[in-house]
Amino acid sequence: MRHYVTVGILVIVMTVLTYIGLNSAGLMPLAASAQAGPIDRLWNLEMITISFLFSLIVVPMVYSLVVFRRRKGDTTDAEHVEGNTRLEITWTVLPLFLVMIFAYLGSANLAETRRVDPEAMIVKVTGIQWSWKFEYPADPATGLTVVSDELHIPVGKQVLLRMTSMDVIHSFWVPEFRVKQDLVPGRITELRITPTVEGDYKVRCAELCGTSHAYMEKPVIVTSEADFTAWMMEQLALAEELAATPEGAGQLLVSANGCAACHSINGAPGIGPTWFGLFGSEVELSDGTTVVADEAYLAESIRAPQVKIVAGFETQLMPTYGFTDEQIANIVAYIKTLR
Amino acid sequence: MRNTNTLGRGLLLLVIGGVLGYGIGLGIDLLVSGTLNFSGSVASAFGLLLAVTAFFFGLYGYRGITRGLVWQVVGTLLGGFFVTGIRALVGSPTIFGAFFFSEPAWVFGALVGVVSFIFGVGVVDDWMKWARGIDTPEHHEDEPGWGKYFGVSLDHKVIGIQYTVTALALIAIGGTFALIFRTELAASQLQFLTTTFKLFNQTGPQIFNTLMSLHGIMMIISILLGISGIMNYVVPMIVGAHDMAFPRMNAFAYWVAVPASVLLLMSLVLGGFDTGWTGYPPLSARAPVGMQMFFLGVFTAGWSSILGSLNVIATVVRMRAKGMSAMRLPIFVWASIATSIIALTATQLIGLSFQLVMFQRLFGMGFFDAAKGGNPVLFQHLFWFYSHPAVYVFVLPGLGVISELLPVFVRKPLFGYRWVAMSSLAIALVGFTVWAHHMFTSGMNEYLRVPFMYSTLLVAVPTGVKFFSWVATLWGGKIETPTPMLFVLGAILVFLMGGLTGPPNATVSTDLHLHDTYFIVGHFHDTIFGGFVFPFFAALYYWFPKATGRRMNEFWGKVHFWMMTPSFFVLTLGMMRVGLLGMRRRIVDYDPALGLDASHLIMTIAAFLIGLSVLIFFINLFYSMKHGEKAEGNLWNSRSPEWQVPSSMYVHNYKVPFEVVGEPYDYGLPGSKYVEFMSEKKH
Repeated sequence: MRHYVTVGILVIVMTVLTYIGLNSAGLMPLAASAQAGPIDRLWNLEMITISFLFSLIVVPMVYSLVVFRRRKGDTTDAEHVEGNTRLEITWTVLPLFLVMIFAYLGSANLAETRRVDPEAMIVKVTGIQWSWKFEYPADPATGLTVVSDELHIPVGKQVLLRMTSMDVIHSFWVPEFRVKQDLVPGRITELRITPTVEGDYKVRCAELCGTSHAYMEKPVIVTSEADFTAWMMEQLALAEELAATPEGAGQLLVSANGCAACHSINGAPGIGPTWFGLFGSEVELSDGTTVVADEAYLAESIRAPQVKIVAGFETQLMPTYGFTDEQIANIVAYIKTLR
Repeated sequence: MRNTNTLGRGLLLLVIGGVLGYGIGLGIDLLVSGTLNFSGSVASAFGLLLAVTAFFFGLYGYRGITRGLVWQVVGTLLGGFFVTGIRALVGSPTIFGAFFFSEPAWVFGALVGVVSFIFGVGVVDDWMKWARGIDTPEHHEDEPGWGKYFGVSLDHKVIGIQYTVTALALIAIGGTFALIFRTELAASQLQFLTTTFKLFNQTGPQIFNTLMSLHGIMMIISILLGISGIMNYVVPMIVGAHDMAFPRMNAFAYWVAVPASVLLLMSLVLGGFDTGWTGYPPLSARAPVGMQMFFLGVFTAGWSSILGSLNVIATVVRMRAKGMSAMRLPIFVWASIATSIIALTATQLIGLSFQLVMFQRLFGMGFFDAAKGGNPVLFQHLFWFYSHPAVYVFVLPGLGVISELLPVFVRKPLFGYRWVAMSSLAIALVGFTVWAHHMFTSGMNEYLRVPFMYSTLLVAVPTGVKFFSWVATLWGGKIETPTPMLFVLGAILVFLMGGLTGPPNATVSTDLHLHDTYFIVGHFHDTIFGGFVFPFFAALYYWFPKATGRRMNEFWGKVHFWMMTPSFFVLTLGMMRVGLLGMRRRIVDYDPALGLDASHLIMTIAAFLIGLSVLIFFINLFYSMKHGEKAEGNLWNSRSPEWQVPSSMYVHNYKVPFEVVGEPYDYGLPGSKYVEFMSEKKH
C-alpha cells in the first residue's frame, strides 16, 4: 500500500512539474488570428493531459526500476502475478471515454475555427513554383484589380482565401495564424482567417513543392483598416501608372507571377537564367548551338520553355504559363529594360 | 585469417571497380554529350555499380549475389538498349535522355535488371527445374562458414541473418544521408549544399531534397527488412517449426529486396527525386527519372513484404509445436501475425499508387493530372491506405519484442497476456480506418475529417493497454538491466513520447498548425525509434548469442545505449519545438528571423552522437562475432524453447521436437515449465 501512495503523490507532483516545464519552454509562436484562440485552448488541454499520462507511465516505471531492482546475490524470481482483468478493463474503458471526449471537443473546436463571416473580404490566392500571387477584390470605381505577391489584410476583419495552384501542391501556412490549407491544382480550396494582431508575418509554403520550396515565403502584412485602404489606393495608382507602358505592364506581370523566384534581375545565379543583360546577348543551348536572345527567342521561351533549353539548366524546366501574346510582348519589353 | 584476406581483396576490387566504372561512364558521357562531366550521372552510376559488384566478386567470387548483380547490370543495359533501339527505329525525336537512356528505356531496363538479378542469383533455380520436370532435393545443404550468407539459402536462420544484415547496411546508408543534410541544417542559410554545388547533375538544394527523400525510403525499407529479419529468425524457432512453411518463397522474398535496394540507390545518381518518400503528384509527375527508380524500387520491395508476411502467417497457422494453443503462443508471434496481416493486405495499395504515377509519366495517362480530369488527392488516399497501416507494420513487431523480453528481465509473468495479444490485433484493425488523418489539410471533403479524427484517437486505447500492461509487469518485479533490457526500457520511454504526441495531430484543429512541420518529424521519429529501432537493438543484443554462440560486449552495449538515448531525446524534442515555432519539414534552409539556429545546432550535435553510438554498436557487433565472450547456454535464463538448447542452433532448429506444457511467461511459479522436449518425457 505504501508503494501505491508514494507513486500516487509522485504522479501528481510530476504532472505539475511537466506541465510547468512545457509551458515555460515557449512552444507556440504569437497567436495573431481569431482562429488561433480555440486551437491554442485545445492545445493547452492536450498539454495537461499529456503531462498527466506521461507521469502516469514514467513515475511507476522509474519507481519500479529503483525500488524493485534486483538486489546483489538474489537469484530468485519475482512474485507470480499473471494479471488482473478488472484492472485491464479499467484501463481500456477509461481511455476510451477520454479519447471520445477529446474527439468531441476536437470537432467543436474545428467548428469554431471555421466560423463564417458573410462579409469576409475574398482574396484569390494562386501558388506557383515558388511564389504566391494574391488578387484583391476589384476596385468598384475603376474596375481595376490589385495583384501582388504580398498579402495585405486589415486587422479584425475576416478574409476568405480562395486558393488554387498553377503547378504542384502547395500549402498556405502563417504560423501565427495556426491554420493551414493545401493549394491543389484543378480545384479551389478555402481558408478563413481573421487577423487580430497588427504586424508583419510570412506565409510559408508547407507542402514540399520542389527545389526552392524552402524559399516559397512572402510577406503577410496585417494593418489597420485605414492603412490597408491606403495601401490599396497606392497599389491601384501604381498599377494604373505602370499599365500605361508595355514594360510597366510586363513588370506587373513578372512580380505577380513570381518570375523572380527563378530568374534574377541583377545577374545573380538562380534556378533559371538571369534576365540581367539577357536581351541581345548570345545564349548557349543544351544541344551545343547558340542563339541570340532577341524578341522572338524570348517570346518562344516563355510560350514553350522546353523547346530551347539553356546549357546548364537542363534539370529544372520552367512550366508553361498561360500568357496571352500581348502579355508576353509586355514581359519581353520589361526584360529589354534590364541591362 | 581467410576472412581478412578475402575482405581485403573485396575492398581492393571495390576501389578498382569504382575507378574503372567511373572511367567507362565518363567515356560514354563524352561520346553522347561531347563534354566531360565529372559530377555527372552516367559516370557515377557506372562507378557505383561496378564498385559494389567488384567488392562482392572479391569477397565471394562469381556466384550468388555477385552473379545477381552482374546479371542486373547486364539486364538493365540490355533492356535499356532494347527500348532505345525501338525508339531509333520508329524515328523518335529523343533517342537518348538527360541521363544517357531516355526515361522509358531506364524504366524498362530497370525492370529487366530486377528480373535478371532474380535469375542470376539463382533463387528461382528449383522452380525452373520443377517446371521442366527435374526433381531437386527438398533441402539444399549450405556451405559451412560465412559463405552461405552471400548466396541463396533455404534455411530460415540464414535468411533471417541476411535480412538483418541488409537492414543494418541500409540503416547505415540512410543514416549517413541524414547526417549529411542534418549538417546542412546546423545553421540557417546554405552551408555547403549551395546552388553552385554540383553532384550527379544536381545542385545543392536538389541534392538535399534527394537525400532527404532517400533517407525516408531507405529507412522504411530497412525497417521492413529488419522486422522480416527478426520474424524469420525467431518465429519458426519459438513456435517449434523446423523452417518456414515455404522455404523457397522465403528466399525469393529476401532476394527480391536486394535489386530493389540497388534501384533506390540508382535514383540518387539518375537526377534524384525531390518529392520526399511520399511521392505526391503532380510534383512526382515532373521529377527527374530518378523518381521512376524510386517507384520501381518500392514496387519491387513490396513483393518482399507481401510474400514474407504470407509465409509468417502460414508458418504460425500450420507448423506450431504440439500443445501451442492460441493463448500459449509466445507474445512476439501474436505481434508478427498482426503485422503480417497488414503487410499482406495493404502493401498492394502503395504499389498501385506508385504504378499509376509511373504510367502517368510513361504513357500520359492522366490519373492525377487535373488538366486531364485526374485528381491529385486520389493519390494521397491510395498512398496512405497502405502507408498509415505500414506504421503499425513497423512498430508492432517491436512492441512484440518489448513484451517478449520484459518478463525475462523482470522475472515475472507478462501482465495481462491476453490483453496484450489482442491489443496488437486491435491496433492492426483500427489502423486500417485512419489513413485520411494525413490529409486534414489536403482539400478532401472537409466533413470527412471528423470521422477520421474519431477513428485515429481510438488507436490510443489498445496502445494504452500495452503501456499499462508493461508498467504492471515491471511493478514488483526483480528487475535486471543488461543491455537488451536497457533497450527495452528505452523503447518504452521513447515510444511513450511518440504515442503522447500523436493525439494533438489527430484532433483536426490543432493538426492544422502541426501538419507538415518539424513537430510531425519529431513525433514519427519517436514512434519509429521507440517502436522499431530500440526494440530492434534489444532483439539484436538478446538473440545475438543464439546465432553466434557468443555474446556482445556488455560495456560497449551500455555505452551505445547511454549515448544514444539522451541524444535522441534532445534531437526529437528539439524537432517538435522548432516545428511548433514555424519550422516546416523538408526544407533545405530556414528563415533566420525564426531564431532557430541555436536549436538546430544542438540537434545536429545530438544527431552526430546518435551516429557515433550506432558506429560503436557496429564495431561491437563485428568484433563480438569472433571475439565475444562464449555464451552457448541459456544466457538470459529464459523459459522460451530456443534457449533450452545450446547455441548456435542446428540447421532444422531442434534435434528432438518439444511439446508445450505450460504458460510461456510463468516466471516465479515454482516447478512450472513452458516446453518439454520429447526425449525428456521418456525418462
